[in-house]
Amino acid sequence: MNNKAAEVRLEGIAKRYGKVEAVKPLDLIIEGGTLVTLLGPSGCGKTTLLRMIAGLEQPSAGRLFIGGRDVTLLSAGERNVSMVFQSYALFPHMTVLENVSYGLISSGFGKKDAAARAEAALETVGLRGFGARLPSEMSGGQQQRVAVARALVLEPAVLLFDEPLSNLDTRLRRSMREEIRALQQRLGLTVVYVTHDQSEALAVSDKIVVMRNAEIAQAGTPEALYASPENVFVATFMGEANHVRGSIESVTGDTAQVALDALTLALPHRGLGTGPCDVVIRPEAIRLADNGPGIAGQIARATYMGAHTEYLIATPLGELFAIHPDRLNRRRAGSAVMVTLDPEGVVLVRP
Amino acid sequence: MFFGSSFFFWMIAALGTLILPWHMQQDGVSLSTLMGLGAEDAEAASTLWQALHFGRFWFWPVIAALALALPGALPFGSACTRGRVLIIAGSFGLLSIIAQGFAIGIQGWNYPFLEAVFGELQDRQFGIGLGGALGFIGFLVLLTDGLALRGYFKGDRFIAGAVGVLIACIVIFTAWPVTTILAQIFTSQGDLGVADAMAARLFDRKIWGLACVTSTANCGVFWNTLVLATSTATAATLLGLCFALIVTRTSFPARRALRLLTVLPIITPPFVIGLGLILIFGRSGVVNQLADSLFGLQLGRWIYGFNGVWLAQVFSFTPTAFLVLIGVVEGISPAMEEASSTLRASRMRTFRAVSLPLMLPGIANAWLVVFIESLADFGNPIVLGGSFGVLSTEIFFAVVGAQQDFGRAAVLAGIMLVIALCAFIIQRVVIGGRSYVSLTGKGDVGLPTPLPTLVRRMAYAIALPWAFLTITVYTMALAGGFVRVWGRDWTPTLSHFKRAFALEWSASGALILSGGAWHSLFTTIKLAAIAAPITAVLGLLAAWVLSRQRFFGRTALEFALMLTFAVPGTVIGVAYILTYNLPPLEITGTAMILIACFVFRNLPVGVRSGVAAMSQLDKSLDEAAVTLRASTFRSLRTVVLPLLKPAIVTALVYAFVRAMTTVSAVIFLVSAQYEMATVFIINRVINGDYGLAIAYCSALIVLMMAAIGLINLLVGSRRLGRRQAAALIGGRA
Repeated sequence: MNNKAAEVRLEGIAKRYGKVEAVKPLDLIIEGGTLVTLLGPSGCGKTTLLRMIAGLEQPSAGRLFIGGRDVTLLSAGERNVSMVFQSYALFPHMTVLENVSYGLISSGFGKKDAAARAEAALETVGLRGFGARLPSEMSGGQQQRVAVARALVLEPAVLLFDEPLSNLDTRLRRSMREEIRALQQRLGLTVVYVTHDQSEALAVSDKIVVMRNAEIAQAGTPEALYASPENVFVATFMGEANHVRGSIESVTGDTAQVALDALTLALPHRGLGTGPCDVVIRPEAIRLADNGPGIAGQIARATYMGAHTEYLIATPLGELFAIHPDRLNRRRAGSAVMVTLDPEGVVLVRP
Repeated sequence: MFFGSSFFFWMIAALGTLILPWHMQQDGVSLSTLMGLGAEDAEAASTLWQALHFGRFWFWPVIAALALALPGALPFGSACTRGRVLIIAGSFGLLSIIAQGFAIGIQGWNYPFLEAVFGELQDRQFGIGLGGALGFIGFLVLLTDGLALRGYFKGDRFIAGAVGVLIACIVIFTAWPVTTILAQIFTSQGDLGVADAMAARLFDRKIWGLACVTSTANCGVFWNTLVLATSTATAATLLGLCFALIVTRTSFPARRALRLLTVLPIITPPFVIGLGLILIFGRSGVVNQLADSLFGLQLGRWIYGFNGVWLAQVFSFTPTAFLVLIGVVEGISPAMEEASSTLRASRMRTFRAVSLPLMLPGIANAWLVVFIESLADFGNPIVLGGSFGVLSTEIFFAVVGAQQDFGRAAVLAGIMLVIALCAFIIQRVVIGGRSYVSLTGKGDVGLPTPLPTLVRRMAYAIALPWAFLTITVYTMALAGGFVRVWGRDWTPTLSHFKRAFALEWSASGALILSGGAWHSLFTTIKLAAIAAPITAVLGLLAAWVLSRQRFFGRTALEFALMLTFAVPGTVIGVAYILTYNLPPLEITGTAMILIACFVFRNLPVGVRSGVAAMSQLDKSLDEAAVTLRASTFRSLRTVVLPLLKPAIVTALVYAFVRAMTTVSAVIFLVSAQYEMATVFIINRVINGDYGLAIAYCSALIVLMMAAIGLINLLVGSRRLGRRQAAALIGGRA
């Protein structure tokens, strides 16, 4: 078990149920020691993909390598992976310690040795002294930690998380995801993490794989996905985004001159030619002024959110959603406004 | 790990073929007769010795298969090759066991063409015994191991083995007997040819006649059965629905007590009601005596015949319908009814337009369950039927009567099987297609709407008198054991109990069980206690395989298992004696045939309670165990089984109690040595000895309540609530 932090390589992995394609053939490399999230709306195939890596589903085609070893035909128990389930799947009739040492005993450890290692794992997740309790006697967050400890104690080459935080409340979710991230970095684990929550993905990942309709829409670092999404789906899925139509006037070098109503912006052309184009504008890139150059608009709705204000602005480009940090100078619904854009938050995308 | 390895099962096969006596031993197997290698008698020898020393050449293929399997059973070489070797050797072994078993019987060759090929055989053989059974099991597991090694069943040996065992069980103990009995239809009779004999049996006026429509003569048994089952099902469903509505939708004070009614059919031997009715309405019954002494009226014997059987069945099966319908009524989401009432519907309109349509599939299901029970019922018609014959009693008389006409029994059984299968398939379609109940999710809140006044009054008016009557019948039935001669001499007495359960001290101080019932009681308890755990294990295994595993042929296995549930007890009884009377499996008259009968008659309950419990068990628990490197067997043993305790209790209790109270199938299978309590009682009833029969019945009821309590205590479950009740639906007499 010293092949810790192994690389996972998927070659043409696909899954069909009858005629339904749950996962279309795809290639993916998950580097050792990184945390990779599979992100997407429900039914996009991300959980199926994870379960294929775990060995709980057999791929219909393709091959799977963990640490360079072909594990396609191996069962879940033989793959040196372990998994934290969405429901935690703690065995309700066993104590916490029995739960955590279950995998060790399956792997042939002696009872004493297994108990000692399980205690150590419980300590790692901050649950020292809870071993004698039953899972039902613990809070949701603690159960979550037990599930992590149970998976961790086997020192797996790959640790898999299937929406591990979806049963927790918002506050706990935030602290748990930071703990998982810290643990992964401290122990240098390879982690594959499934979620449908983009902020969770942004917060924990080295790399995010956005999935849609059983295939990979885009994979990359959180920064890359947010700042330069390749298409409208990725842009709108990764945070709030306004999708408008513009036109590329000219392309010189890497830069395209993009006309958006009264404004012309210089943006990276990303391989697009002149003509009509799709543009994504992040809400925080919208600047508002009383007069001066820009797109003429009217505040349709202003919503006070405490730390910032959200505006819905009617413009010739369509309704734009904007976030403004200015708490003092709030604009009222109905007032006229001139809109300018920060090119940092505007990006050309494919439809 | 030697135990459970392929080599271990090879050793079992080797033990069965090389060492142990292959055939069944007349005097049972003892330590001294275990060594079949070198035995002096051919019948006591192992296959190897029979082939070597007695020239029984037909055993060489079995031995060859064993030798062939050895390289595959050892853990050397590639999995692929080993798999192929095991598949070939395992199936060759099974085939040669089956082929030699069928080819040679107690009179030499069983088929003329074999005699033509091999010449006359101056030898014979009896049924398969211990060695044969072990050999069969060994080869079976070697075959499934081979399949697993080749990647079938996800490469899991345990699943492969479980599926193999289940298939073998279904084939040996259901498919084969049913085929055998159906084949009896095509036998000749007297000087009639096959076709004529079949036509004569099939178009018998006694079966299809419609004389009762125009005259007072009896109709054919087919019509009798159909009319009886239909009217019983209709009445019992109506009553059951009234009870269910009262219990779940009113504030009737004795609701909990009414629920106790549902336990009655489980612990009651099937003919107790019939006895109770005789004691009330029979010629010397209470009502007749009163009518005679007060008004000088002779009520006669109206209770014997259709009326009595119908009444008894409605009494017997109303609790069953009640049990099914409680689940149905409770399953209707209160939110639906609340939605209806917020949409300004009156209570009556809500009931008619929302509640009732939602219950309809459930009501249809209850009707079909009772229909099938009535069809298969044997106890009530035999006690009260008189000249009114139904299929189950006619089958009985065709077999045990002077006529001994198995062909006729087979035709009747075939008809019964067809009706049962039709009802069963309709039931599947009804539940499968439109079960609204299962659509409701967890998040249902709200209070069930009270019943409209009119409906409530009707339910009270129908159900409460009936509940009172039921209690009366039971009281009478049990009181009958405590008077000397019912109807003539009302002196209270314990003499019936004394005759049944007397204990005496012999001169030497030893206890003598001198009562007439002890023997059958002990036999019944012993066999039921052996059968119950086997039923539970097989049933839960089947449930687990069907609900948790995906493999090629799963649907087919499920369908086959479901079909075996539909075969009525009487059919199974006749089929078993026909099939197991002759080698290769000659177990008629032994305890084994009774145990097999109990197990396969009660398997449905094990499977159903297992499936129900398993569907409430989060599937990711199994998966977690598997990702934690537990083998399939370990995850089953350490995770699934402990969480299934309530289902295990249900299966155990039910299998035990049903084995003690069943009568329809066992009545064909009992022997002097293995007499069952129910058959003993029926024989007393047929002889008119009601006192003893009733005393015995009440002892049985008390005993079964004690057994239920004891098993609960032993398995240590505190939860025996609704879930269990729901799982008990649909047993058969």
